Amino acid sequence: MKFRVLPFVWLTFSGGGVIAAVFLPILVILLAFALPLGWVDPSHQHLEGVVESWFTRLVLFALMVPMLVHAAHRFRYTVYDGLQVKHKGLVAFACYGGAMALSLVAFYVLGTV
Amino acid sequence: MSTSVTRVPSYQRRMSVFWWVHKRSYFLFVMRELSSLFVAWFVVYLLMFIAAVGGGAEKYDAFLDRASSPLFLVVNAVALAFLVLHTITWFALTPQAMVLNLGGRRVPGVLIVAAQYVGLAAVSAFIYWLVVLA
Repeated sequence: MKFRVLPFVWLTFSGGGVIAAVFLPILVILLAFALPLGWVDPSHQHLEGVVESWFTRLVLFALMVPMLVHAAHRFRYTVYDGLQVKHKGLVAFACYGGAMALSLVAFYVLGTV
Repeated sequence: MSTSVTRVPSYQRRMSVFWWVHKRSYFLFVMRELSSLFVAWFVVYLLMFIAAVGGGAEKYDAFLDRASSPLFLVVNAVALAFLVLHTITWFALTPQAMVLNLGGRRVPGVLIVAAQYVGLAAVSAFIYWLVVLA
């Protein structure tokens, strides 16, 4: 049987979609609104402890990569169909390349915190 | 019967870039698909947050200052709206993409959707506890 990549991309797309739907809303409400606006006020020391745990960082990395693949895969088709851009190779390269670059950034940030 | 193939020049109608603005369902479809951009943005934002927290108390304070600027708040509010659209539509679509059978019976779609909201609530409660209360 010929090995095909696309089914795995769709699988990761779905996984990333579930992760984004379930994990992101609360993270965004907390980190983009509640903390900056002072609705809640956990100490920096506490947050540092959470973030510096290797377990947190491993989980975050495992959540981020599928979300990036999800975003790249979906945006690729949005550009084809929604915006009617027909340079398919270029669009795919930019989308998956972007996801890969951001995954590397995530690896670096989470590895060095 | 001959098997020759006649090639007919096909007419390809050019679609307007804004084909989706005139009908509500098309518009929602494109908005739903565009949510992907904001998912990617929040991954970047999350990384910025983590780098700031890891960089020490001063960097973290500077990050909070920047995050509470009008620009960031507006961008994040728009992005959160797209994210909520993603969550609602994703949950709603799951029963159509996945058939679950339990004990020889098909689990009704409503239950699958409800189970996902329970999962969302549980994960949210856990993250809230981890970040704020623990």
